[in-house]
Amino acid sequence: MNFPIYLDNNSTTPMDPRVLESMLPFFNEKFGNAASRNHSFGWSAEEAVDYAREQVGRLIGSTSKEIIFTSGATEANNLAIKGVYEMYGSQGNHMITVTTEHKATLDACKKVEKMGGEVTYLSPNEDGLINLADLEAAITDKTILITIMYGNNEIGVVQDIKGISAIAKKNGILFHTDATQAVGKIPVDVLADGIDLLSFTAHKMYGPKGVGALYVRRKNPRVKVTSQMDGGGHERGMRSGTLNVPGIVGFGKACEICQNEMADEAVRLGAMRDRLEKELLTMEEAYVNGNAEHRLPHVANISFKFVEGEGLMMGTKDIAVSSGSACTSASLEPSYVLKSLGLDDELAHSSLRFGLGRFTTDEEIDFAVDHVKTAVNKLRDMSPLWEMFKDGIDLKAIEWAEH
Amino acid sequence: MAYSEKVIDHYQNPRNIGTLDKESKTVGTGLVGAPECGDVMRLQIEVDDATGVIKDAKFKTFGCGSAIASSSLATEWLKGKSVDDAMAIDNMEIVEELALPPVKIHCSVLAEDAIKMAINDYRVKQGLEPIEDDKKHY
Repeated sequence: MNFPIYLDNNSTTPMDPRVLESMLPFFNEKFGNAASRNHSFGWSAEEAVDYAREQVGRLIGSTSKEIIFTSGATEANNLAIKGVYEMYGSQGNHMITVTTEHKATLDACKKVEKMGGEVTYLSPNEDGLINLADLEAAITDKTILITIMYGNNEIGVVQDIKGISAIAKKNGILFHTDATQAVGKIPVDVLADGIDLLSFTAHKMYGPKGVGALYVRRKNPRVKVTSQMDGGGHERGMRSGTLNVPGIVGFGKACEICQNEMADEAVRLGAMRDRLEKELLTMEEAYVNGNAEHRLPHVANISFKFVEGEGLMMGTKDIAVSSGSACTSASLEPSYVLKSLGLDDELAHSSLRFGLGRFTTDEEIDFAVDHVKTAVNKLRDMSPLWEMFKDGIDLKAIEWAEH
Repeated sequence: MAYSEKVIDHYQNPRNIGTLDKESKTVGTGLVGAPECGDVMRLQIEVDDATGVIKDAKFKTFGCGSAIASSSLATEWLKGKSVDDAMAIDNMEIVEELALPPVKIHCSVLAEDAIKMAINDYRVKQGLEPIEDDKKHY
């Protein structure tokens, strides 16, 4: 085993060697600009991009013409949200999203508000799912877009996408979803799911960083977004800029591999995740964050009570995981996603997010379980709060000498 | 964040973790910090009645590595000191010893506060006035 063990595949994934291989010719052999019409360098680049566009589109059930390549999911989210606001501003200025969205969505929504739009931020239930009734209640005659992520990056919760899209369709509202964590991991089908705009990126599915896409529906309804960058009018005028040919080729290959292997991979990672979770939950006062049923197969987010986040990170340095905490400490930002679930009411806990991936092994999971258990037990042994809890003292009844 | 070797050493091998009988008249307990701030430190001293010397010190801390190290170091320093000398321990000495970065200075402040609170708890139990400290942070 190589240390630290990488269990942070929700942040990014290593590239699959097959993806790397597919990309290499496009750096110095077939280096042409896909927009060059006059020579074979351009033609072969364009041909490669066309092929990748098919591979990418196929994974989400769209046609290749509906794929707009971007630099990643952040750009795709920005293009979808601000692009819809600008394109459909005459029909209304209201959008609906959720407090647990990725910052790329939340900050794009903030920008929309600055530009004069109005945004409703729905609060999820304790398990991370939203109430469809809340969504319906938030709709006004000015609502032009609902933007709700497919699978959450911190807790892995998968929303009722079909339920959301049905509400959007019934009210004549466009539906955008940030499917960055879901595409390539679980079946996503823009037609069956009723999605009008969908953001995703290559580096979360064993492809290269710096390339992603926005799916923009062309039929029923035909959707358009205002470009956010001025230039040569690439990508049907919605995203100017010379295409990142090697990146796009790698993205295509990554999508093809996911399409072929996703079903088996989900079963394998799901079993590993379940085992990890079951083992860690044998500890006292350990809890799963997020709905355990409607969830991505490779993600586990677990809270350990009476353990401080930074101390836990220091004790788990042999595994690379993401740490969240609902309490503020000097160098660890509290997780707004966990706060949105109401976890800030629970004093003194910290959480670890495990993101399993294609290259995670059973041996690594065994190590991670032992490593985390050891760290949590050690920190609890030296935690006055754990001692008080074991003595039956209500921590909330104590008047703390705050500093 | 990079921790100093001394912080890592105290984190990995904390000195004097434990609990003394807080009801005992010769034991002083200081509990500082708050769970929502991410640091809670409990420091206890046991004083030799005859000599006024701290014969044992224990801590338990909920917090980051620097908070754990600050309180672990404090217990090392407290043992064998007279109560008066213990009262004079300054947080900056902890900062220097552990090479704490500016964002972690509050950990040393907490440790100093815990020491003073423990001493005053002991003094009150002994029928003495608590010592007012201008530097008091809590």
